[in-house]
Amino acid sequence: MAYDASEPGLPAAPVPVTIKILIAGGFGAGKTTLVGSVSEIRPLRTEEALSERSTMVDSLRGVERKSTTTVAMDFGRITVRDDLVIYLFGTPGQQRFWFMWDELAFGALGAVVMADTRRLADCFPSVDYFERNDMPFVVAVNCFEGVRRYPLDAVRRALQLSSNSPVVLCDARRHDSSRDVLVALAEHALLRSSRAPAGV
Amino acid sequence: MFPPDGYADGQWVDEDAGPVVRPYALTGGRTRPVGESFDLLALVCAVRGAIPDVTQLEPEQLTVLRKCRVPIPAADLASDLDLPLGVVRILVSDLRERGLVTVHGPVAVRLADPQLLKDVADGLRRI
Repeated sequence: MAYDASEPGLPAAPVPVTIKILIAGGFGAGKTTLVGSVSEIRPLRTEEALSERSTMVDSLRGVERKSTTTVAMDFGRITVRDDLVIYLFGTPGQQRFWFMWDELAFGALGAVVMADTRRLADCFPSVDYFERNDMPFVVAVNCFEGVRRYPLDAVRRALQLSSNSPVVLCDARRHDSSRDVLVALAEHALLRSSRAPAGV
Repeated sequence: MFPPDGYADGQWVDEDAGPVVRPYALTGGRTRPVGESFDLLALVCAVRGAIPDVTQLEPEQLTVLRKCRVPIPAADLASDLDLPLGVVRILVSDLRERGLVTVHGPVAVRLADPQLLKDVADGLRRI
């Protein structure tokens, strides 16, 4: 594919390969934080203050210190090489925005499902979605301060994963921790691709 | 000094409150792009030699035209302009209708390609 440069005489700009990774999970599970801690650009986000009506929809039970919810999407960028750029897209947390998921998921390498052990059930719809679409994903258990830690095995059992998707712990505020989650996803996708029978 | 969460009740308006003009005012309230839909990572490229009628364009659309002199993913435009992706797609689709930009799908990749996945994993380890 060749593109014209804007100025005559300049060589056409190289067009990098772009990879899309989704960041999913329940309301307040740390999607925005994870995107922010690994993105090289200020993450783009559209947050709207919760209205009375959406407060009812969004049950704030168990989610302290958060007064807005993401109604559009978070998006971040990681240039891993000049010719390879990864884009992170946070999926809208509320079910009434699910119409956007199919488009976001189209052509994605895989997904990170952020989980908060206080409200583990909130990530079930995301897990279901990616299992149904046979898309590689990892579950990242975000370790909120002051919250009881559960063994990963216990979390895995509670999630009742039908896939062999990894379950990992993370601190979404930390760059290296969030990066490790993305590495785990890429390695899982690699493992799956090597196991997949040809033509399937 | 007020507490960091002091404006969370909606009474404080500072830069965290976002633009004063609601983003979709830029699109005349439209929430869908015109014409064929395109990917979030589709590459937007200004058509060389096309002369825009600046009186017919929003300042944001002129900014888009400036930024896409070299192909740029729609998502990057949204980040650069600090506008929601949905808004940027509508602005871009209007420019496409006017023949001022072209929009190409992102470079096709085979996501099951082990070498690509290995490159992604290795690249991520280095960030």
